[in-house]
Amino acid sequence: MARWRDDLPESDVTPERLYLRRREFLALGAAGAVGALLPGARTLAGPEGESLAVASRSDRADGEKPTPWESITTYNNFYEFGTDKDDPSRNAGSLRTRPWTVSIEGEVKKPQAVDVDTLLKWFPLEERIYRMRCVEAWSMVVPWVGFPLGELVRRVEPTSRAKYVAFQTLLDPKQMPGQRRAVLEWPYVEGLRMDEAVHPLTMLVVGLYGRILPNQDGAPIRLVVPWKYGFKGVKSIVRIRFVEQEPPTTWSRMAPNEYGFYANVNPAVDHPRWSQAKERRIGEFFRRPTLPFNGYGAMVAQLYAGLDPRKLY
Amino acid sequence: MNELSTASPPRSAPPPGSAGPRVTGAADAPRLAARTLALRALKPAAFAVSCLPLAKLAADALTGGLGANPIAEGMNRLGFWTLTFLALSLVPTPAKDLLGLTWPIRIRRMLGLFAFAYAAMHFAWYLGVDKFFDLPEIAKDIVKRKFITVGFATLLLLAPLAVTSTDRAVRRMGFRKWKRLHRLVYAAALLGLIHFAWRVKADERRPALFAAVVGLLLVARLAPAVRRAIGRGSGRPA
Repeated sequence: MARWRDDLPESDVTPERLYLRRREFLALGAAGAVGALLPGARTLAGPEGESLAVASRSDRADGEKPTPWESITTYNNFYEFGTDKDDPSRNAGSLRTRPWTVSIEGEVKKPQAVDVDTLLKWFPLEERIYRMRCVEAWSMVVPWVGFPLGELVRRVEPTSRAKYVAFQTLLDPKQMPGQRRAVLEWPYVEGLRMDEAVHPLTMLVVGLYGRILPNQDGAPIRLVVPWKYGFKGVKSIVRIRFVEQEPPTTWSRMAPNEYGFYANVNPAVDHPRWSQAKERRIGEFFRRPTLPFNGYGAMVAQLYAGLDPRKLY
Repeated sequence: MNELSTASPPRSAPPPGSAGPRVTGAADAPRLAARTLALRALKPAAFAVSCLPLAKLAADALTGGLGANPIAEGMNRLGFWTLTFLALSLVPTPAKDLLGLTWPIRIRRMLGLFAFAYAAMHFAWYLGVDKFFDLPEIAKDIVKRKFITVGFATLLLLAPLAVTSTDRAVRRMGFRKWKRLHRLVYAAALLGLIHFAWRVKADERRPALFAAVVGLLLVARLAPAVRRAIGRGSGRPA
């Protein structure tokens, strides 16, 4: 074994001012490692597609910066196009969104089949920035473009027997390859109580970031109910039916102990397989606490005044 | 064997006067050398290949290639490779029994250790990246969420196998005891599959595929026992 020799020149000594900053260096390295796990590590693709004429804008996400377009359009649960998060963005090109007819039926005085472009001319389009909380404990901030569902409900005049609104996604395995396998019971169906449907926060959405809604996000028209888990936001709607009884909903039919009809965002009621107490905002490292009704409680809590809070999931 | 060695005679004409057997020997020498070389390269090559999923994960993490939710993606990938290596570690035994291949046995230990390594990284990712050391939350998860309980149990089963993977451990424990302990890998594979199946929300195709592969590999391990049973049945000497 060689003995230690003092052959290091003075020039190899770390300058004291650098030595004193060694912890900054470590912190920088740690921050870099964390930063690498965030999608901001490279330039993300920006909004694309036809622009929509937006009449008004409102921020309902307390000033939070919207999630990047690329994340909103590549991280989707839309099982009609595959069950991986990036499947819809890769497969939804096969969906033809024009011409598109929405059938409005059931307990209404003016049942009709309306073309989606006609529907768009009935109401001025609004941009609303909402929080979106997925039942899988991740969340986004999304600048939706659309109009309040309540406006449409009033226009078609429900009868006194209409207590619920049922929605249905397109059923066409040729356009929606995910429907060729019975992963879920097709077509996807969802529903709202009438007072939820006409609540001013409830939207029918046709756009994103001021552009026409990309197929993978539910084009040409989808539901957005910001105080409920994302799966309530039924996509690519072809049928809106006014009914007297609570309609079946796809996920609660598939696993009734995991998904309820109301599906209100509720940190106190865990999903059986994971906690709902916290969520990860897409693009962030740390989880944050989930807010009751996704932070919209002041506007919607009174809808559920008489209801057992344990049913609010 | 004989067929094999005569199938490819030396390309150049044998030098005049040389005897048959010596020609075969001369032709075998490079083949043997190549085989020795291949065997010597086997372990480093297997090691390098086994590191590729990790290298890809690191590269994707640095370039934003993990998508919008890189934390979930990274955890899913590490889990996927744990199950893959667990399945791969079950290949060498039936490969020898059924196909007569002996070289896979040489990397069996390494495959098992990589299964453990990916399992440990999967858990570390959950602990330090996904939950950021939120220990009360993690403890609750392990107790309350069945699929996490089962996943954690899988890691606990693999740990003693990794610890006793050395030659010294085999000598110290005695081969029979060591072998009995290492049968835990069957339980670990089963629990790992359950962990995956219970985690999935609706699309059970991938867990089903893993279950089919592992099931087949386990059934294939029964081949020698079946053969012995048949041998006994036909009255041939054992």
